[in-house]
Amino acid sequence: MMPVVLWTDALVFLLLGLAIGFAFYASRHEHLRAPWRRVARSRVGMGALVVLSCYVLIGLLDTLHFRLPLADPAPGAANPSAERRFAPEVLSVFDYWARPLRQRQEKTYSAPFATHLFVKEAITQPDGSVVRDFPRLQYGGRHLKDPNQRGWDIFGTALRGLTEGLVIWGLITLQILWSMAQRRGLPLSAMYEEVRDGRTELPWRTALGGLALMLVLGFVAGELALKYHILGTDKVGEDVFFQALKSIRTGLVIGTLTTLVMLPAAVLLGIMAGYFRGWVDDIIQYLYTTLNAIPSVLLIAAAILMLQVYMANNADQFASLVERADLRLLFLCLILGVTSWTGLCRLLRGEALKLREADYVQAGAALGVGHFAILGRHILPNVLHIVLITLVLDFSGLVLAEAVLSYINIGVDPTMNSWGNMINSARLELARDPVVWWSLAAAFLFMFTLVLAANLFADVVRDAFDPRLRGAR
Amino acid sequence: MSAYILRRLLYAVPILIGVNLLTFVLFFVLNSPDEMARMQLGEKRVTAAAISHWKQEHGYDRPLLFNEKASGLAKVTDTIFFQRSVKLFAFDFGSSDDGRNIGYDISQRMWPSLAIAVPVLLVGLAINISLALFIVFFRATYLDLGAVVLLVAMMSISGLFYIIGGQFLMSKMFHLVPISGYDTGIEAWKFLILPVIVGVVGGVGSGVRWYRTLFLEEVSKDYVRTARAKGLTERRVLFRHVLGNALIPILTGVVVVLPLLFMGSLITESFFGIPGLGSYTIDAISNQDFAIVRAMVFLGAVLYILGLLLTDISYTLVDPRVRLQ
Repeated sequence: MMPVVLWTDALVFLLLGLAIGFAFYASRHEHLRAPWRRVARSRVGMGALVVLSCYVLIGLLDTLHFRLPLADPAPGAANPSAERRFAPEVLSVFDYWARPLRQRQEKTYSAPFATHLFVKEAITQPDGSVVRDFPRLQYGGRHLKDPNQRGWDIFGTALRGLTEGLVIWGLITLQILWSMAQRRGLPLSAMYEEVRDGRTELPWRTALGGLALMLVLGFVAGELALKYHILGTDKVGEDVFFQALKSIRTGLVIGTLTTLVMLPAAVLLGIMAGYFRGWVDDIIQYLYTTLNAIPSVLLIAAAILMLQVYMANNADQFASLVERADLRLLFLCLILGVTSWTGLCRLLRGEALKLREADYVQAGAALGVGHFAILGRHILPNVLHIVLITLVLDFSGLVLAEAVLSYINIGVDPTMNSWGNMINSARLELARDPVVWWSLAAAFLFMFTLVLAANLFADVVRDAFDPRLRGAR
Repeated sequence: MSAYILRRLLYAVPILIGVNLLTFVLFFVLNSPDEMARMQLGEKRVTAAAISHWKQEHGYDRPLLFNEKASGLAKVTDTIFFQRSVKLFAFDFGSSDDGRNIGYDISQRMWPSLAIAVPVLLVGLAINISLALFIVFFRATYLDLGAVVLLVAMMSISGLFYIIGGQFLMSKMFHLVPISGYDTGIEAWKFLILPVIVGVVGGVGSGVRWYRTLFLEEVSKDYVRTARAKGLTERRVLFRHVLGNALIPILTGVVVVLPLLFMGSLITESFFGIPGLGSYTIDAISNQDFAIVRAMVFLGAVLYILGLLLTDISYTLVDPRVRLQ
């Protein structure tokens, strides 16, 4: 197995490292720890966090890429020392893990849980005659001898998934309860009652409830997906459920990397403009007003068109389709960052304008501390909460923007799985009769859950970090 | 006042120059006209003659910045930069790749865009403000909580789904209005009503939530307490005092988007087949017609700056504390 690190993978790992580093830093500073405790104490925040973690887990699994080794040409062949060869296809751990979903491709549309194709075909009967009918699916519900048993089979499979999910959840819950009881020196039953009645300091009841829901949903869907196409198949017969799961990484990458790439510029320019004022401020203000003046969709469209021209003329620079799609995703993050950093920059400028008049900054300046030392030591730590709030607030907007951009073909590469591409390719399906609704429904469901959780989480984070709002509500 | 406006207009000039330079770099320097021609003509097996013919046809056969062959002033004017970018300042957009006059197309297509954008703005404003006031009237009750949850959920739905859902319900299921299309004159209402409804409903989530925050901020101020202490009813406090004061940020927030209404909505117009500026832009993007994209970028920048100017002016009109120097 040969690991492959795509550009966005590397940046996701960098982001992960930064997040862990920040968590470590925050855990040692009370003024940073306190707001996070407020976030953790909120039931809404905890519930949203559980959902977001599930998305992040799938996204991370989908980020570890590798290439499988090819089977040895012939065992004991002439030169065994020749280096091992690898399949050209780049897979992720998630692809490998969900390969039953990926590989079971039907011919064309089929409805969720269907056993038959959605369109009629000429089928040759055993006696040689030809009838036009809906043929059985190659994989979905193949194990059933009689398609009429489907209802009971679905019920039984779902029940099995439910049991598995609950057992796993029970084990996790027991472990958590036990370790909490150990730490507090309480008997397990007392701990259980405390959690059940929601009397713990952190909302464990909400967290465990959310976990139960996600585990049960995950296991039921997983068990069913092994036997059926639970969200149907699309025009070329690919499993829609798999597509929707694969799109999670795209959405998360766009939502997070965009802010990561714009962050250094926005923070540096913003606090410099506010701190130095004068001509520095004038230049930076001119810069972001100019960028803001260009309608962002058009700037993105222009940049992506240019990228397409470049890629079309330099096709030999890209080793594979995956690499090409990945670079386009990275480029999209960059250009989205260019159009969205101005808001944060303006906020930081305003804050730095206020902070430079603060007594401790004045005292520092009077004692002869250099400008950049003041910026780094006194201004930057005091605007970090604004940065964090902006990061979290922007996330859901960016996920939604991806869908719109992909819809007008200036988003991610058409070969890449994303909710926008799913909607785009399904937009004419509602006009069919009977309606093909499942691609849209799947994209809607996955996107809505992620964006709703992100929005709720962002609200909690903002309330916890924004000192103006504290106690107001 | 007029001196201030004049100064602000002068300040807009460097910004427009910046926008122009940026688009010029984006469209002509990063990719040469040769590459554009190859892209347009199909990527493989393009003869050099075909490329130079295409460039001549579309006026891209000049040097980028400086024409050595020309004489006198034409050394500067007979270039792509002058012909294609500087002329935008005179609102001379030139012609698109299929030979139509862009300026004329824009003047024709802005009316359908406005026919959607203006009703969406006005109806949306009325509905959002009323709903927000209603929620604030019942603040800190379960109604308030439920409404906020609903608003966040509505915010979390992509705009695409509002359009798809609206088309599906109104046109496919109940056959109330045509799915898409456009008509001139008074008959257009049939085609406009669905986009307007979708636009208003799609904006309710974020709009009402924003106005609710504004009203709540206003409600906790001292003058409201004074008004209550005077013995005014809650209704009177809300509708006379709070609404009046909260209108300042609402109004200025609206003014900044007013000029941009001309640009139309990209997604709505392309879904409903409205021949406005939004679908014009989308078509240009998908046909890779750079002349139109450039023209729209410039137009958007001009309108944005106009919006900023109008915002500053409207502040002085509605808020007597703000003075322009």
